[in-house]
Amino acid sequence: MMLNISLELLLASLMVAATPILLAALGELVTEKSGVLNLGVEGMMIIGAICGFAVAVETGSTILGFIAAALGGAVLSLIFAVLTQVLMSNQVATGLALTLFGLGFSALIGQSYAGLKPPPVPELDFGPLSNLPFVGPVLFQHDAMVYVSIALVAAIWAVLRFSRVGLILRAVGENHDAAHALGYKVVRIRILAILFGGACAGLGGAYLSLVRVPQWTEGMTAGAGWIALALVVFGAWKPWRVLLGAYLFGGITVLQLNLQAAGLAVPVEILSMSPYVITILVLVVMSADRRASLNAPATLGRVFHASN
Amino acid sequence: MTDSLLTLDNLTKAYPGVVANDKVSLSIGPGEIHSLLGENGAGKSTLVKMIYGLVKPDSGRMTLHGAPYAPAEPKAARASGVAMVFQHFSLFEALDVAENIALGMEKPPPRRDLSEQIRTVSHAYGLPLDPGRRVGELSAGERQRVEIVRCLLQNPRLLIMDEPTSVLTPQEVDILFTTLRKLSAEGTAILYISHKLDEIRSLCDSATVLRLGKVVGSCIPAQSTAREMAEMMIGTSLKTPTRPAGEPGEVLLNITALDLPSTSQFGTSLRGVDLQVRAGQVVGIGGVAGNGQEELLSVISGEACVPTGHITFKGQDIGGLGPNQRRALGILSAPEERLGHAAAPDMSLVENALLTGTLRKGLSRNGFLDWTATRAFAADIIDTFDVRTPNADVAARALSGGNLQKFVIGREVLQAPTCLVVNQPTWGVDASAAAAIRQALLDLAQQGAAVVVISQDLDELLEISDLFAALNGGRLSAPRPAYGLTLDEIGLMMGGAHDMEVAHV
Repeated sequence: MMLNISLELLLASLMVAATPILLAALGELVTEKSGVLNLGVEGMMIIGAICGFAVAVETGSTILGFIAAALGGAVLSLIFAVLTQVLMSNQVATGLALTLFGLGFSALIGQSYAGLKPPPVPELDFGPLSNLPFVGPVLFQHDAMVYVSIALVAAIWAVLRFSRVGLILRAVGENHDAAHALGYKVVRIRILAILFGGACAGLGGAYLSLVRVPQWTEGMTAGAGWIALALVVFGAWKPWRVLLGAYLFGGITVLQLNLQAAGLAVPVEILSMSPYVITILVLVVMSADRRASLNAPATLGRVFHASN
Repeated sequence: MTDSLLTLDNLTKAYPGVVANDKVSLSIGPGEIHSLLGENGAGKSTLVKMIYGLVKPDSGRMTLHGAPYAPAEPKAARASGVAMVFQHFSLFEALDVAENIALGMEKPPPRRDLSEQIRTVSHAYGLPLDPGRRVGELSAGERQRVEIVRCLLQNPRLLIMDEPTSVLTPQEVDILFTTLRKLSAEGTAILYISHKLDEIRSLCDSATVLRLGKVVGSCIPAQSTAREMAEMMIGTSLKTPTRPAGEPGEVLLNITALDLPSTSQFGTSLRGVDLQVRAGQVVGIGGVAGNGQEELLSVISGEACVPTGHITFKGQDIGGLGPNQRRALGILSAPEERLGHAAAPDMSLVENALLTGTLRKGLSRNGFLDWTATRAFAADIIDTFDVRTPNADVAARALSGGNLQKFVIGREVLQAPTCLVVNQPTWGVDASAAAAIRQALLDLAQQGAAVVVISQDLDELLEISDLFAALNGGRLSAPRPAYGLTLDEIGLMMGGAHDMEVAHV
């Protein structure tokens, strides 16, 4: 039996499918590089999804929608930041609570938005590039956020690697006591990193509700936040590997949907779980190298308490 | 005092329940190497933290170059020309040398220039460094060079060094001192904290002695004996550990041709280790940290199991036995890392006493804990080893390093081991407490136990050991009688000063 799947369409929708997780994972990567483990990605994403959706519907502007989503995610992460950095609560428990709170709270806000359609998101116009055969639809017929997310990968990579800010961020995540002794403001730096992570997760959520789906349903992130968390770990805290992981996940998601539609004789359940299983497997193999675990920020998840 | 660089005038800092510094005054001139002496808890660390801007004094004034000096944070101190090398290295293992140094500077130059500067400066002071290497791969001596070069690149007027030599080989210490003297000749003042009085005598121009937060005296180290200084620090006369000579008995612990591959990223593999310890014998094992000390301890304590035929105790093969089975046989250990390895930081002293004492002290019955007996055991340790703590219920974390060390050693010694292995038994412990711990180890040997002391303090090893051996890169040198060994011979056994060189110029 010939499967009737167009490679062009598959690749074109891959980037769209991967962008929400990519955005969330990038934010979490920065947060974790500063030594903070925020398990609330899922909650921040869905808050971003509803905030973005609601504002876009009310104002008719998707740009305002994305801004609102970033703010919403950041505000939620601020709760986490205050609890863990100022009140020194446990990061794992607080992060889990944040996810549960985000899921519940978004459902509350979103009650009146179910079934509405958001304003359409315009494609970026690349002129003649968009009309190239094959390459055009695959690479140059997407909305701006897809390119923003890729630019963000490059920016985070460059900042972490080459800039003073990135060095300080890594230093704080590596050894907060030493950073404190050298006079760096550990708590302030971490709060900023958490807020950045929240904003990115919010953007990722809004991309789901405004572009990928696009509509609002309760619990629509469906575990995307957890996949983002896993990508950061298995991507060994490296932005380009996270991109690879996200696109792999997005690609297999789209492929299995196409296979379902094409009526492949494999149980739907197995197809549905394949993106999760394959992404994790590939990244586990990639990170099996012992040097990868070295990349983990040494004080990840540890409470910092300035003793003097 | 118009020509002094830094003057402290009546500095006072109190923490809840304790006055860390009580009206401390002192003055350091340009190019002076000034030593700060005192027992643990005498307030040395607090004092230098105030100078470095990490702690704010409650009252008192500081002047630097004749102008009022009150750094709000380390940045301000560094801007004023005050630099500090920390006792516990303030380095980032996953970052490379240049990155670590850049973090300690206000406005680091671009990476390429910085690397060049690091090469130049580190070479000029005889501390060669490769800017691109990851700090996690460096030895303790090299790590210290990173800290020192980080300070030197900022052209400090005052360099504070907190216990800099505790992890160095004698040769490395010589090179460090050459560097410090060169700095001093260039006009940089050095505030030097150390427990090692002989070093202070050879290096320092003057000394201030602190006891319980107060200045109790000052002296010219070159004109005082180590004993005089130690007695000034503790306020009473000092007892030197003694032991009547005795004949060693039968071989208790026998390690032959032991290999142990390292399990951790930065660990060392043991290679072909041979060691016999007899009853009544103290074997001292020296070597720079990270050459297999932890691994050797883990092999004896039972944390690491090895194939049969390599380690026996009283003729019985114990390679496959775990720590508790070995405790039952009488093999006890006190590892180096006090918080997290020897003691659980957040558990009380009573609970910590229980953790290793259950078996030999019979602290549990039919699976239920006997808290009354445990309390008595903890109280016994606290009394016998003079552990200064409000009570036995405080968390181990709350004790000062020296006091916790006394507790950890005391806990094992009081379980009457047949074989005891300790790593860094007096690390960070003051002179009188160190003497007490060494005496306890000697008493144990006197009673017929086999004692293995792993330490980086060579004076300590020479003082209490019968045999001395050195670990270098996971290999153990053949043990030699400790009596009559010179520091030079020991340095050679330890593998010398690696690639260190004497300062040029």
